[in-house]
Amino acid sequence: MSKALLELLKKQFPADVLDTHSQHGDETALVYAQRWREIAQFLRDDPRADMDMLVDLTAVDYPDREPRFEVVAHFLSLGKGHRLRLKARVGDAEGDGAEIDTICDLWASANWAERECFDMFGVVFRGHPDLRRILLYPEFEGHPLRRDYPAERIQPLVPYREVPNIDKLAPFTRDEGMAFGRQTHDRQRDDEDLN
Amino acid sequence: MGELTTPSTQIIEPGEGAGFATTRFEDILAWAQKYSLFMYPFVTACCGMEFMAVSSPRYDFSRFGSEAPRFSPRQSDLLWVVGTITQRQAPILRRIYEQMAEPKWVLAFGTCASCGGFYDNYACVAGIDKIIPCDVYVPGCPPRPEAVLDGLLLLQDKIQRGDRRPATVKPRLDPVTDPNLGLVQLRRSRPSRPPV
Repeated sequence: MSKALLELLKKQFPADVLDTHSQHGDETALVYAQRWREIAQFLRDDPRADMDMLVDLTAVDYPDREPRFEVVAHFLSLGKGHRLRLKARVGDAEGDGAEIDTICDLWASANWAERECFDMFGVVFRGHPDLRRILLYPEFEGHPLRRDYPAERIQPLVPYREVPNIDKLAPFTRDEGMAFGRQTHDRQRDDEDLN
Repeated sequence: MGELTTPSTQIIEPGEGAGFATTRFEDILAWAQKYSLFMYPFVTACCGMEFMAVSSPRYDFSRFGSEAPRFSPRQSDLLWVVGTITQRQAPILRRIYEQMAEPKWVLAFGTCASCGGFYDNYACVAGIDKIIPCDVYVPGCPPRPEAVLDGLLLLQDKIQRGDRRPATVKPRLDPVTDPNLGLVQLRRSRPSRPPV
């Protein structure tokens, strides 16, 4: 489809495009995080690329890798009808130093996408005009889509009612409600049931 | 609708003329309360579509006296919590509940409001009873309108009896105990093809 686009990118930025592939017909380029913004701007402004739409921008957490996060952006050219996926790797093993330049002055739709990415993964977008949490509340600590965020950790804004057995209130018996939920996997209680 | 048939009621002079009946004050008060449930719909998610179905003419829960929606908690008696409650919405729900005047009742509509459902994660409250006391749970994802009507009638029954213990709507037909239900029939093998 748009393999010519990958060739163009490699020709234009020979030192900055680390890897490319076209699996399942989706052209993907892995680039240096330091050159993220320049490459994105080239893709928008060059008439051969003409990427006038940012479809999505998010991140993926690979806890075993270094750098740990992969920021992913999907571009679409409405005029030429081709797409490109751009990736860049940021952050060390603890998730610190995950910083990358903002592209929300190039595509306005990147504004909220970058805020969501910051909210969920803690990736900081340098130069973003308003980098606040967008989905979660300001009191929330940590970034829930990081793989090291504990799956059962909740941060309630209002204290739960002070009644006994708040996890499973009447009329639900121990077998009812949250049947496939995490709360039912109480090893000690399961052993009691077996005996 | 609306007959007062509690054990304490006695019709002294029945017939065509102007008779009278005796009853207890609590009973007639509960009778008035259960047929005039002003509702506050706290609709947050997809169960809202089913709520609209129950309130629209085909199922029409205004037959049971819970007709008037009041979008001010100060004027409402019954809080319908319809849909998923996130941690971010929990303070709002708590405040709505606290603004309602006594006597007040809460109905958890759907699995998410009842116990969180599969939203067992960082963002959601696993059941509104973690925050506010709840009177009737209507499970289902979403519950069928019949189940919602069952829940409403269950609540009315509880109001008449003065019972404030929480209750849940049970399925009318239990696939475990009723072998004639479709779930079991699905396991039967198909009739074999007739010989050519």
